[in-house]
Amino acid sequence: MQLQGYGTSDSARLDATFAALADPTRRAILARLASGEASVLELAEPFAMSQPAISKHLGVLERAGLVSRGRAAQRRPRKLEARPLAEASEWLEKYRRYWEGNFQGLDTLLRELQAKGKKRANPKR
Amino acid sequence: MDAQPKTLKLATPTEREIVITRDFDAPRDLVFECFTKPELLKRWLGVHNGWVLAVCEIDLRVGGAYRYLWRGPGKTEMGMGGKYLEIVRPERLVSTEKFDAAWYPGGAVGTLTLAERSGRTLATTSLLYESKEARDAVLKSPMDQGMEAGYAALDALLAALGSDAGGRKAG
Repeated sequence: MQLQGYGTSDSARLDATFAALADPTRRAILARLASGEASVLELAEPFAMSQPAISKHLGVLERAGLVSRGRAAQRRPRKLEARPLAEASEWLEKYRRYWEGNFQGLDTLLRELQAKGKKRANPKR
Repeated sequence: MDAQPKTLKLATPTEREIVITRDFDAPRDLVFECFTKPELLKRWLGVHNGWVLAVCEIDLRVGGAYRYLWRGPGKTEMGMGGKYLEIVRPERLVSTEKFDAAWYPGGAVGTLTLAERSGRTLATTSLLYESKEARDAVLKSPMDQGMEAGYAALDALLAALGSDAGGRKAG
C-alpha cells in the first residue's frame, strides 16, 4: 500500500488535499468511498465517464493520500483514507466558519439597512 | 426573504491565495458601505464569540490607512491594519493588510470585488500572501480559539460530500 501523501511536508500534503477536493467528480468519488470500498468499475458506474477518466481522478486522490488500494487481486478496491481529509477539513472548516459567522452578521445588518432605506423612501402617512 | 441559499465558497486557486465568495441579498453600494464605514464594520467584522471591534479607523482614499483593533474575552487584543491601494466605488477595493502580531511572514494584499445581479451582490475576497507558507499559516490559524477541534469537522465535510454526490447521481 502506498500512501505518498504522508511522505511529503505538511503544507505540500494539504495543497494536494485541497487540489484533490477542488473537483466535483473527485468529491463524489470520496463520498461514494465514505460508504465503503469500491472497485474502479463500481466507482465509474454512476458517472457518464470512461474508466480511464475515473482512474485519472483516482490517481489524483491517491497522490493526495485520500484514497488507497486494497489487495484483493482482481478488484483492487479503493478505500477512503480519512486522515488527510480530517486535517484539511479541520483547517478549512474553522476558517470557513469564521467567515460564515462574519457574513451572517453582515446579512442581518444589510436587512436592517434595507428596511430603514425603504422606510425613508416611502414614509407612511 | 432568503429565497436563494447563500453559500460561502472557499478556494485556494494558487498556492499564495485564499479566495472567499459569498452572495448577499442587497445591492452592492450597500455592501460596499458595510465594508468601508467604521460604524457598519463594527457591527459584523470579527464580532462573534465575545469579540468586539473596539477600534475601526478608515481613511478611504488611495494611500489612506485603516486600522482595526479587536478585543476579546480575557482582555485579549488583536490588531491589524494597512493601506488602500485602489478604490473603485462600489465594485472594487484593494488594500494591504498585516496583523500586529502576525504569525506568518510578510503582509497580504486583499481584493474585494462586488458584482451585482438582480439586486443581489456576489462578494469575492481574494487574499494574496507573500508565500505559500504564509498562506497556509493563515488557513491553519485558529482565529476562533474556543472552537472545539476534532472529527466534528470531518463529519460536516463528509455530509457535504454526500449531498454533492447525491445531486450528481440524480442528474
